[in-house]
Amino acid sequence: MATTQSLEVTLETLIESIDLAERIVKRVAEASGFDEDDVHRIGMAVREGVINAYNYGNSQERDKKIVLTVELEGEKMVVHIADEGPGFDLSDVPDPLAEENLLRTSGRGIFLIKAFMDEFSVQRGPKGGAEIVMTKKLPQSVPASGRA
Amino acid sequence: MILRGTCRQVGDVSVVDFSGRITLGEGSAILRRMIKELVQQGHAKIILNLEDVDYIDSSGIGELVVAHGAVESANGELKLLNLTRRVRDIVQITRLFTIFDVQADEASALRSFRN
Repeated sequence: MATTQSLEVTLETLIESIDLAERIVKRVAEASGFDEDDVHRIGMAVREGVINAYNYGNSQERDKKIVLTVELEGEKMVVHIADEGPGFDLSDVPDPLAEENLLRTSGRGIFLIKAFMDEFSVQRGPKGGAEIVMTKKLPQSVPASGRA
Repeated sequence: MILRGTCRQVGDVSVVDFSGRITLGEGSAILRRMIKELVQQGHAKIILNLEDVDYIDSSGIGELVVAHGAVESANGELKLLNLTRRVRDIVQITRLFTIFDVQADEASALRSFRN
């Protein structure tokens, strides 16, 4: 029976936390056997998720936290990023590929997460804010038990 | 790696050679500052050489869009040059190839400016 391995990190709402989160998750992804390109994509997706939490969720407020959780669960790597903001609805996020939005200077983060990960959803976080959940299938023949 | 940019002139064209990452924070700010200075100094033909930029996030893409808008508003032209594979992928999937003028080499980029 596959077990779940989990790593949880509480990050400060600082720009430095974005790089830190990316580095942490890339290390886990490398140890889990993902190839270089997938490690890059996972790192980018996490980066965008933490940027979202930093900018929009926590409005750059230093007294708020961002909780990053990485799970190796069965055949998947699952990343949760929870903020302490007001939460958001995916349906309210404009489509950055729509003609009228192409020249917008922001608003591509969620789109990039969806492009780089296998699954993506947003739910209410434990502290009422948004929790982004993104999933990537582990490289073949690499179940979660005994890894990383 | 923090973004670095050095500017050189090729005739009336300003070529900015960047290296590092264009990401939220200092990287994006450096790009924004350099473009602003060039536009304020009246440089209307600008090439951003991204050969040594191996990483760009959504904020970095946003700054390129800002740069494009700033140069166009000043009746200038902005070209992107030597996109690395990963930067090219981001520009592609965000459909920004329809906005940015991306050139394959410097000679072509220099020739492509309107007189």
